[in-house]
Amino acid sequence: MTRFTRLAHADPLDAPSPDVPPAPGLQRAGARLPVEEYSRRLWQRRWFVVAYATASNSVGYERSFLGQAWQVLTPLLNIAVYYLIFGLLLHTNRGVPNYIAFLSVGVFLFSFCQSALVAGSKAITGNIGLVRALQFPRAVLPVSTTLVSLLQLLFSLIVLVPILLISGVAPSLRWLQIVPAIALQTLFCLGLSFTVARIGSRIPDTTQLLPFVSRVWMYGSGVMYSVQVFAQGHPSWVSTVLTNNPGYVYLALARHALLGVPVTAMTWLAALAWGVGTVVLGYLYFWRGEEGYGNV
Amino acid sequence: MSEPAAETREPTVVVDDVHLTYRIVGKGKQRGGAAASLRRTLLREPLPGQGSVRAVRGVSFTAYRGEAIGLIGPNGSGKSTLLRSIAGLMAPSQGTVWTRGQASLLGVAAAMMGGMSGDQNILLGCLAIGMTPDEIIEEYDAICDFAGIGEFVHLPMNTYSSGMGARLRFAIAAARTPDILLIDEALATGDAAFRRRSEARIRKLRDEAGTVFLVSHGLGVVRESCTRAIWLENGRIVMDGPADDVVDAYQEKHDPGERTARPNARSGVASRAQEPSSV
Repeated sequence: MTRFTRLAHADPLDAPSPDVPPAPGLQRAGARLPVEEYSRRLWQRRWFVVAYATASNSVGYERSFLGQAWQVLTPLLNIAVYYLIFGLLLHTNRGVPNYIAFLSVGVFLFSFCQSALVAGSKAITGNIGLVRALQFPRAVLPVSTTLVSLLQLLFSLIVLVPILLISGVAPSLRWLQIVPAIALQTLFCLGLSFTVARIGSRIPDTTQLLPFVSRVWMYGSGVMYSVQVFAQGHPSWVSTVLTNNPGYVYLALARHALLGVPVTAMTWLAALAWGVGTVVLGYLYFWRGEEGYGNV
Repeated sequence: MSEPAAETREPTVVVDDVHLTYRIVGKGKQRGGAAASLRRTLLREPLPGQGSVRAVRGVSFTAYRGEAIGLIGPNGSGKSTLLRSIAGLMAPSQGTVWTRGQASLLGVAAAMMGGMSGDQNILLGCLAIGMTPDEIIEEYDAICDFAGIGEFVHLPMNTYSSGMGARLRFAIAAARTPDILLIDEALATGDAAFRRRSEARIRKLRDEAGTVFLVSHGLGVVRESCTRAIWLENGRIVMDGPADDVVDAYQEKHDPGERTARPNARSGVASRAQEPSSV
């Protein structure tokens, strides 16, 4: 008798270990692919990532009267509120020339990190129907939520240009440095999304906690005040911690590019290290959890 | 069950003592706001309603190339969960599922968006099931023709009647033939003409795919289109064998009054049509 006959009797499997298929040619269903093959499949799905991100972005606005106009209105209103509170009421603008431009760059760029973080934590749980229906590398989902956040950043940059010009910033070729700065920030946000997507899929309460985390992070990143001015009169480690935190690093680069606030080569290095380090570690961390995302 | 010569039978799916447990956190809707969840997390208070459900409890069987297997059983017996673990979408908490080639569920509904037009959804759905842009361009007209929704293809999907939506979803899902086809109550959507077309398409998919699994409450459908049936109850196999035998025994237990006639029973199809489809 061959082993196939034994298989047919429903309690077949004398396979010596769970890693050895009971018959040649069989693979374990849902087995995690090696990271190279996984990445190749992810790349094959790039058009799905783009289509899914743009579709979810526009669907987010479909139930409002103003529709896509909110893409531009939301950042404008944000700036108005922050300017009212921090500029006019709390005077955190001390030591900052052209506060409205400083604040706008800070709020828009930091919102990218914030929304990548919050949306990333829901990348699996918010798409669980998709995860339980179709087989594809799950990394598609956090990449797609990060892409949506990036799209929203690009829309707010459209708002930013007139704010800069009206507030008296002269256009300059240096503005082009915003491209590598945002590219590095995107790597960082992507790594962040991978990480919180896996955590969020295991611990549903992550979604409730993250708004607190991101608010603390915002206050520590010099979004609405100058870290240099603040750090005067504090021990030097305060300044070291604040200026090396990724939230601040990417803001500093953007302010350098758009407003001419000086940065050192160290800032670019820190941005590179945070970006590449976070995306590599985050990706591997997410990939290791691949088999469990449907069981959320 | 009767056994043909062992050498000619090629196993395509081996389910080896599979258990599947759902973790349940909260009571679905319970949230209680950020402050409450922060407190819960910090104080390690147990979540209200936390627990687990054992959907599948030790199922073993082997499926062979050329078989069409119906999974039958009452609601909550673990049919759909078992199907998802064969597709590799949910990892068993114990045991292993082995497949030859990729097993795919027939369905794209989860990838589609009501606010987008039909043609945008064709693009989205086809990309979601893994087609390349070139393949989509090639298949686009065939999908539109098969769905038969005419000019509606340019309108948002939430303007469609439920039948039209189901037709479009089916047309997209059926555009690709996987090695192992898993159908979760997908038969008999839309009107009579479309049902005939979709049944023909499923037959074609079944011939092209190596092995087919069909979850259905329509016992007539299982008798008609399956060679073998597995009866599940409370996550365990009650009976596994030729479709007619298993369906007979199942009806004996659950529906003694209404035994469908063995040859060509259509009543199952009719009763399915009234339930919402899950394609």
